[in-house]
Amino acid sequence: MADPEIKLDAVRLTLGSAAGPVDILRGIDLAVDPGETVGLIGPSGSGKSTLLSVMAGLEKPTEGKVTVAGQALHALDEDRLARFRRDNVGIVFQSFHLIPTMTALENAALPLELAGAPDAHDRARAELDHVGLGHRLDHYPAQLSGGEQQRVALARALIGRPRILFADEPTGNLDGKTGATIIDMLFDLGRRQGATLVLVTHDAGLAEMCGRRIRLADGRVVADERS
Amino acid sequence: MHSQLRLVLTLAGRELRSGIGGFRIFLACLILGVGAIAGIGNLGAAINRGLAENGQALLGGDLEFRLIQREATAEERAFLAGQGEILSEQRQMRAMARLESGTQGRTLVELKAVDAAYPLYGRLTLAPALSPAEAFAGHDGLPGAAVAPELLARIDGKLGDRLTIGQASFVITAVIDREPDVGTGAFGLGPRVMIALDDLAATGLVQTGSQIQTGYHLKLAPGADFRPVVTAVEAQYPEAGWRIGTRANAAPGTRQFVDRIGQFLTLVGLTALVVGGVGVGSAVRAHMATKTRTIAILKSIGAPAGLVFSVFMLQVMAVAVIGIALGLLLGAVLPVALGGVIGAALPVPTAMGVYPGPLVLAAVFGFIVAALFALWPLARAREVPAAHLFRDLVAPDRVWPRPRYLVATGLLVLALAALALFSADEISFGLYFIVGTLLVFLLLRFAGWLVAFIAARVPRPRRPGPRLALANLHRPGAATGSVVLSLGLGLTLLVGVALVQFNLGNQVADRLPNAAPSFFFVDIQRDQYDDFVATVAGVGGTADLKVVPAMRGRIAAIKGVPAEDYPVKPDGRWALRGDRGVTYAPVPPEGTRLVSGEWWPADYRGPQLVSFDARLADAMDLAVGDTITINLLGRDIEARIASLRDIDYTTLTINFALVFSPGMLEAAPHGYLATVRATPEAEPKVFRAVTDRFANVSVIRMKEALEMVDNLLGQLGLAVQVTASVTLVAGLLVLAGSLAAGHRQRLYDAVILKTLGASRAQVLGAFVVEYAVLGLATGVIALGAGTAAGYGVIVGLMNSPFVFDPLTALLAASAGVVLTVVLGLVGTWGALAGRPAAVLRSLD
Repeated sequence: MADPEIKLDAVRLTLGSAAGPVDILRGIDLAVDPGETVGLIGPSGSGKSTLLSVMAGLEKPTEGKVTVAGQALHALDEDRLARFRRDNVGIVFQSFHLIPTMTALENAALPLELAGAPDAHDRARAELDHVGLGHRLDHYPAQLSGGEQQRVALARALIGRPRILFADEPTGNLDGKTGATIIDMLFDLGRRQGATLVLVTHDAGLAEMCGRRIRLADGRVVADERS
Repeated sequence: MHSQLRLVLTLAGRELRSGIGGFRIFLACLILGVGAIAGIGNLGAAINRGLAENGQALLGGDLEFRLIQREATAEERAFLAGQGEILSEQRQMRAMARLESGTQGRTLVELKAVDAAYPLYGRLTLAPALSPAEAFAGHDGLPGAAVAPELLARIDGKLGDRLTIGQASFVITAVIDREPDVGTGAFGLGPRVMIALDDLAATGLVQTGSQIQTGYHLKLAPGADFRPVVTAVEAQYPEAGWRIGTRANAAPGTRQFVDRIGQFLTLVGLTALVVGGVGVGSAVRAHMATKTRTIAILKSIGAPAGLVFSVFMLQVMAVAVIGIALGLLLGAVLPVALGGVIGAALPVPTAMGVYPGPLVLAAVFGFIVAALFALWPLARAREVPAAHLFRDLVAPDRVWPRPRYLVATGLLVLALAALALFSADEISFGLYFIVGTLLVFLLLRFAGWLVAFIAARVPRPRRPGPRLALANLHRPGAATGSVVLSLGLGLTLLVGVALVQFNLGNQVADRLPNAAPSFFFVDIQRDQYDDFVATVAGVGGTADLKVVPAMRGRIAAIKGVPAEDYPVKPDGRWALRGDRGVTYAPVPPEGTRLVSGEWWPADYRGPQLVSFDARLADAMDLAVGDTITINLLGRDIEARIASLRDIDYTTLTINFALVFSPGMLEAAPHGYLATVRATPEAEPKVFRAVTDRFANVSVIRMKEALEMVDNLLGQLGLAVQVTASVTLVAGLLVLAGSLAAGHRQRLYDAVILKTLGASRAQVLGAFVVEYAVLGLATGVIALGAGTAAGYGVIVGLMNSPFVFDPLTALLAASAGVVLTVVLGLVGTWGALAGRPAAVLRSLD
C-alpha cells in the first residue's frame, strides 16, 4: 500500500490571545491517501480552516507531526515551508486572496515565477484559458467579478501542477451558480492532474461530492466516513 | 541568482504600479531633509569658493604682514619689498570724525589710510567714479576722504563737506561703493573713512602706544608660490610679531564664521532628516500594514521570506531614490535661485553654482536614513505568517526582527553617526549631537512605553469616553509609541529652536547689566591721563570711571610651544585668533576673584609674572607656574603664571584675560583705556566734553556697539529661523504621518460609538483626553530636551551665554500640544459628520 499523501499524528495547536491560550486543534490523527478527495466539515470554530492551514504548511502545530508529500512539515523552517508549498501545494481561499496590484495573468503566473520557470506567462495564459478567462488576462482583481477572481485563484492554484489542492470554502463568497461552476472546475481539473483534494465547506452538497468526509467539532475529529 | 534578482525587480515593479500615493509623507520627509542638507552644503561651498577665488582681493595682496602699535623698521620694509613685486602699506585705526561746519555730527569711524599702490588687487569702487588718487587729492587745499554711505547718514553730511579727523581737515570727495580688501578688517564699530597714507600724520592720531594696525601687503610675480616667502620672512625676523595672512586664507574670520554657521545649519538639516526618518519609518510601517495580505499570499504560494523582504526593500528604496533626487534638486537649485538675495546679505563674494561634494554627502545621508528607518518595519513585515490569511490577528505579532537585521540596523546607526562626525568641523560637537539625539530617542521610546504601561494599570473610568481614551493608549497595536516619539521630537525641536532664537534675538542690548559702563574710551595718551580724568569727572552724572593701561599683544607661545602648534580646546581658541588687549596692574583690579595662586606684591619688580583667565587656562591646560609668551611691540615676552582669575565677561566692564605684573610693561610705550557710567542725561555731555577736548581719543558708546552686535546676531537669527522652520515642517509632517497611521482605527471607534448612540461631543471628548495625556507626557520631556539642545547650540557653538526663558519654552511646547490635538481631531470630526453606515462601508 502506498504511503499516505498527508499524515497527521497527535497534532495539537494552541494560539495565544490577550484572554489566555486557546486550544484550536486538540489531538488530530489523520491519513489521506494520494488522489483522495476529502471534505472537512463541522460548525464554525471547530478548527476546519486551521486544520487545513496546518496540512498546507501555513501553520505550525504546537505538538505532533505533520507529514505531507513525504515531507515532515513540523521540522521545516519558514523558507523551506514556502518552497514546499511552491513545489507541492495549490491553495484556493474563500476570499480569493489575489494580489490587488497584479493583473489576472501576473497573479496566475506568480507560483511559476517564484519557481523560476521561464515560460510562466505562457503557461498562465493557457491556465486562464482553461478556466475561461482568456479574455481577461490584463484585468486587475478589482476589475473582475467574484467568480472571475476565484477562477484566477483556481488557475494560480493549479498552474504548478501541485500534488495536493487545498480549498478553504471556495464558494463561500459566490452565488450558487457561479459557485457550482467553480466547484466543477476544481474537481475536474484536480482529477485530471491526479491531485489529492482537501476542501473545507459548510455546503452539504459539496461535501457529498467528496469521496471522504471528516467532521470536526471543538478541535477533534468526531466522524470520518467514506462514500 | 540572476533570475532571483529579476524576480525581485519584477515583483517590486508590479507593487509600484499602484502609485506612490501612500508614500507622500515618506517623500516629503526625505525631500525636506536631503534638500536642507544639500542646500546648506551648496551655499557653504559657494561662499568658500568665493573666498578662495577672491583671496588676493580680499587680502589686498598675495601676502599681508600686519603689525600692531608699531611700524616695520626700514630694514624690515626693505626685506619685505625684496620678496615680491610691489609692497603696499596701509594703516587702520579707530578715530572720531565730525563735520567741521556742524556741531551735531561727530561719530566713531574706522579710519584706513592707504598708499598710492592701493589696491594691489581688485578695485575700489567710488561714487562718483574716481580713482583712489583722484579721491584723496581733494580740493581747495584740503586732502580728500572717501567715506562709507552710513557715515553721511550718521552725521547728516554730503559730498563736498569738510570732515575733521583728529587735528586735520578733509573734504569728502566720494562715497565708497565697494571696498575690495574687506577680508582682513576687524569687527567694525563705525563706518569706514579712507584717506591717503601721507595725510595721516597731520591728524596727530599716530602717537606712541596708539592702537594702530599697520599692514604691509605684498604682490608677488604672477603664479609665484607664497610659501617660500613666508618661510624666508619668518626665518629672517622670527620675533617681528607680525601676523602673516596669505591669499589662501584671506578672510579667516569670515571663513570661520561661515564654517561655524554652516556646521550648525548642517546639524539642523541633519536633525530634520533624522526626524524625517521617523516619518519614513511610520510611512513604511503604515504601508507594510496594507501589504500584510499581499505578503501572506506571496508566502502561501511559496515565496520565501527573504524574497518578500527584498521586494519591499527595493520598492521602498526606489521611492527613496525619487525623494532623494528631488531633495538634491531642491538643494542645488534653491541657493542658486536665491543667489542674488543671499549674495547681497553677505559681506564676501560668493560663487553660486552646483557643488557635487555637498550633494553627494546629502544623498548618502538620505540613503542611510531611509534604509535605517525602513529596515525595522520591513524586517518585521518579513515575518508575517502565511496563516494570516485564515485568521485576523487579534494583536499584531510582536515579532522581533532576525539578528541579521538587528546587526544591519546597528551598522546603519554607526554609519550615520560616523558621517555626522565626518561632516562636523568639531568632533566634540558632532559627538554631542549624536549622543543627544540617541538619548532623546531612547527617552521618548521609554516615555511612550510608560504612558501605555500606566494607562493599562489605572482603574478603568466608568464613563465610556475616558475609558476609550485610556484604552486607546494601551490597546494592542496602539500608536502611543510612535506618536510620543514623533510628537516628542517635534516639540523638542520647537522648544530648542524657540530658545535659540530667543537668545539670538535682540536680547544683548536689553540684557545690559545695570553696572555696565556707558562709554569705552580708547587711546588716551599718558600725558592726557590727568586731564582726561578731570574732564570726565567734571561732567555731572558720571560714576565708576576706570582708567587702565592698555596695549595689544599676541600670544606667541604656550609653555614654550609656538601657539600655532599648541593644542587648545575649542572654547579657548578665540584667544589665539588675533591680538589681545593686555594690561598691567600692581594690585588686583576691583572685583578680582582669584581661583588659584597669589597676586604679586604691589612693589614687585622681579621676573615677568601674569595673572590669567581661569577658563582660558583650562582650555589651554595651564596651571600656576606654567609660562606663556606674548609678543608686544615686536618683542617676545615670557611670563610665568602667578595666579588664575575667574572672569565674568557678561558684566561688560574692562576685563583682561592677561594682567601682567608692572615693570617691563610699565616702561613700554602705551596708552590707556577707560570706561565710565553715565546717566542718560549725562551721556551726551560726556561725549561732547571728551570729543571736544581730546581729538585723538576714540569714544565708543556701549549701546551703539551692542546694537551692532544685535544686528549681526539678528542676521544670524534669520538664517536659524529659515533652517529651523525646515525642521519644524519635518516635525509636523512626521506628526501628521503618525496620526494618519492611527486614523483608521480611530475613525472606526468613533463611528461605532456614534452608532451606539454617543454624541459627537462625547466621542471628541474621549480623543481630547487621549491627546492631552500624550501631549502632556511628551511636552514635559520636550521642555527638558529642547532646553538642553538650545543650551548646546548657544553655549557650545555660538560661545554666547544662554538665558532660559520659561515663557518662550512653555509657549513653544503648548503650541505644539494644541496643534497635535487640533490635527488629531480635524480628521475625526469629518468622519463624525457623515452617516455611520457610509463610513462603515468604506472601512470594510
